[in-house]
Amino acid sequence: MTINHHLDEATLFSYVAGALAQGPALVVASHLTMCDRCRRRCRELEAVGGALLENTALAAVSDSTLASVLDRLDQNVIPEAVARPASVANSEIPAPLASYVGDSLEDLSWKKLVPGVWVHDLPSQGKGMTRLLRVAPGKAALPHSHRGSELTLLLRGSYSDEVGRFSTGDIADLDDQITHQPLVDSDHDCICLIATEYPLRYTTLFGKIAQPLFGF
Amino acid sequence: MQDQPPGDEALSVVALRAEKTSETPAKDWSAMLAELAISRDRQLFIRLFRHFSPRIKGYIMKLGLTEATAEELTQEAMLSVWRKTHLYDPSKAAASTWIYTLARNLSIDWMRKQKYPEYDLDSWHEEAGEPAVLELAEQAVMSDQVAMAIRQLPDNQAQVIIMSFYEGRSHSEIADRLSIPLGSVKSRIRLASEKLKQALRGNHDH
Repeated sequence: MTINHHLDEATLFSYVAGALAQGPALVVASHLTMCDRCRRRCRELEAVGGALLENTALAAVSDSTLASVLDRLDQNVIPEAVARPASVANSEIPAPLASYVGDSLEDLSWKKLVPGVWVHDLPSQGKGMTRLLRVAPGKAALPHSHRGSELTLLLRGSYSDEVGRFSTGDIADLDDQITHQPLVDSDHDCICLIATEYPLRYTTLFGKIAQPLFGF
Repeated sequence: MQDQPPGDEALSVVALRAEKTSETPAKDWSAMLAELAISRDRQLFIRLFRHFSPRIKGYIMKLGLTEATAEELTQEAMLSVWRKTHLYDPSKAAASTWIYTLARNLSIDWMRKQKYPEYDLDSWHEEAGEPAVLELAEQAVMSDQVAMAIRQLPDNQAQVIIMSFYEGRSHSEIADRLSIPLGSVKSRIRLASEKLKQALRGNHDH
């Protein structure tokens, strides 16, 4: 897999800092399973995190706390169930996403928005949304901008927009300065994982009218 | 010992290093953590506990959690250290790095009641063939260099790093609080992040 579009440094820093909302963190973690380069960058930032932990102002921990931890060392712990089923074998679904969707993108309940465009919403916290978007060849998403960031990971197929061409494994890490209209240019459906911090802003009248009707 | 409320002066969080005297070099913490997996030696664990638990608790309190919660999560983090040491590979990461990710994930999971998406925490040992991130021989020096690099950041960059790393705030939240555009938050973090990584590589003077 050749990946041409990577995570923004600021996004990666926030992921490592634990400062990304759940949806964006899911997109980042998924991309990291696919991208050697970003994984390497991530490890380096984690080392920065370790150095920062090493230099954190200390908070006193009492000997009685130590004693109670020592008491618990020998407790038997039931190992956590490994929630990574067949997904590891199915390279189309990154492991972090597997706990949300299982092992097949085909079996999901896809909701039709407009002809050639389907969504499957994932549970998300906060104001934003996290969803899988499926778009047929030759179809385009509605032109839109964002108030906050929008992170998109390509799981299948490819599209082009004002920013460039994106194919499987690529990440589009966009901020609030960009208005774009992705057009699918693969010969099969394009499926991406998207997380936004805030609801999208549609820039056309149709989008503005359709948004409340279709709930996207 | 310092016991400060969250959100205090940015630089106080990295001001401690210079006061320390003869301490075990961080390189040895990594070796000790690796050894713990094999020996299961409680005395070794106690030494690791005494070094790392006040740091973990300090970090968690910075994230804005109460002292009681920080205490509880610190215990959980140290128990995880004991239980998961077999997953730790000293050629891949320093002890502080590995323990940081454990403490971070536990804190976030607690705050959100939902698991922070991880890319491979349970398989650090499975990536044979992937080169070590860094030459880890000079861990102690590295930590000092990163601390110094933070102190040398321009105030506006140090501020966003502290808000992001120690307080766990999102880009938008930082933008709102500082009344600056989202793009400015990102560019400050980018600039600061590059400097910290350079310090980590030990070539911040070049």
